[in-house]
Amino acid sequence: MSYLEFLGQYGDRILSGTLVTILLTVLASMLAMAIALAAGLMRMARSPIVRGVAVVYIEIFRGTSLLVQLYWIFFVLPLFGITLEKFTAGFVAVGMNLGAYGAELVRGAILSVPRGQWEAALALNMSPAKRMVRVILPQAVVIMLPSWGNLLIELLKGTALVALIAVTDLMFQVKQINGTTFLSAEAFGTALIVYYVLARFMITPFMRWLERVMQRRLGRA
Amino acid sequence: MTNEPLQETGAADAATPMVSFRKVTKSYGRLVVLDSLDLDVAEGEMVSIIGPSGSGKTTVLRMLMTLETINGGVIYVDGQPLTHMPKGGQLVPASDRHLRQMRSKIGMCFQHFNLFPHMTALENCMEGPVHVLGLSKAEARERSEQLLEMVGMADKRNQHPSRLSGGQQQRVAIARALAMRPKVMLFDEVTSALDPEVIGEVTNVIRKLVSEHHLTMLMVTHQMGFAKDISDRVCFFYGGRIEEQGTPEQIFGNPRRERTRQFLSAVKEAV
Ligand SMILES: Nc1ncnc2c1ncn2[C@@H]1O[C@H](COP(=O)(O)OP(=O)(O)OP(=O)(O)O)[C@@H](O)[C@H]1O
Ligand SMILES: [Mg+2]
Repeated sequence: MSYLEFLGQYGDRILSGTLVTILLTVLASMLAMAIALAAGLMRMARSPIVRGVAVVYIEIFRGTSLLVQLYWIFFVLPLFGITLEKFTAGFVAVGMNLGAYGAELVRGAILSVPRGQWEAALALNMSPAKRMVRVILPQAVVIMLPSWGNLLIELLKGTALVALIAVTDLMFQVKQINGTTFLSAEAFGTALIVYYVLARFMITPFMRWLERVMQRRLGRA
Repeated sequence: MTNEPLQETGAADAATPMVSFRKVTKSYGRLVVLDSLDLDVAEGEMVSIIGPSGSGKTTVLRMLMTLETINGGVIYVDGQPLTHMPKGGQLVPASDRHLRQMRSKIGMCFQHFNLFPHMTALENCMEGPVHVLGLSKAEARERSEQLLEMVGMADKRNQHPSRLSGGQQQRVAIARALAMRPKVMLFDEVTSALDPEVIGEVTNVIRKLVSEHHLTMLMVTHQMGFAKDISDRVCFFYGGRIEEQGTPEQIFGNPRRERTRQFLSAVKEAV
């Protein structure tokens, strides 16, 4: 069977798997960004309790394996009465894991906004929330965008693990094809290429574009 | 609330200093930066603060802007304690609400401008009026455009700070502070980061403020000529205290203290 024949026969399944992977990536990214923002801000809160919650969260999700977290969310949480459908469990696990890494990016970026910006905002008598939202965060976003590009590629690659709880993503599909046809090189070779293309030709250009938009908002482009 | 004990003239508000430091002490660890400082600034007065590096000049302004905590004493602004409030006959640390109310009386310009880089000149000026004072966009725009006009930056109002020279940024920063209608303006070495040829743009704006507006101003500066020209009073700081103060004529023409003389002659040589 030539590679073209292979694609002709299994292209549909690879495509549908790819779409599931893209959807997982988009949803997990949004969740990761929301969690990163919340945990990053909580990490800097005045209250030691709030700070503590964020630290524990970040430590647990960065310090343990994504696969174990995925199994916890899918197999263990139901024992406590929280049952998630497998697709949901998949993107929630990936989003929560990468969100913990993102939290440190958020915190680092906020801390690297020059002190003078906080001081100018205080001198204008802005409330702490206004200072953060109107002055600090817009600048922190610009600072952390390049690192988010890398993180989102990690996230995309991380989504491959959800095949292990039978979410029908790209990895799941190629494993199935391999299982029935034993065309391992074709099946896993295609998966490599698709993940690479998604990372390099979709995520990277998208992040570059975002960076340019942000630079323009600073009048720098 | 003019319960100022040291106020000798029984007369009402006119005699209350706009700013008043009472035995204010500031230290970082064991380093005492301001040592029991007493300083009164009358309403509408322009006071220049000069002195060697590390003598506490910036600290005085930063404490007034509530950017630094104070370790002892009380600062009064417009008759009210700044970082304290009266409660049951005693002064207790101020609530956030009190602090915000006091801060609204004070504006500050910094050595490095600190404009918000993601906003245009106009947006920088409108930010406070809209998001702190609660003015409508239209009112804030009108107020900001007038001020940008006054500092000669109307034609650049839609530029981001990265497109402006240092002198232009500092003029926008002055307009931004004035847009909050403070009673007291603080200038911390606002010309020190500027190229010599644009210093005049900024000092001219400050001159204009002095001559046309009834603002109380405290200015830290290393430009002795400028301080001499526009100040009502000059304070020479040394080691966290006011070593000598007086009219510009007296301080620059006839300094009484040895340290003042030394400092002024050292500055003169450097020029
Ligand atoms: N955050 C800080 N921590 C420790 N020491 C500080 C801090 N800020 C200022 N100081 C010290 O306080 C002293 C007074 O500083 P300040 O900035 O008020 O001096 P200045 O008179 O403005 O000097 P310059 O002319 O160099 O600006 C200096 O010895 C300085 O090192
Ligand atoms: Mg200074």
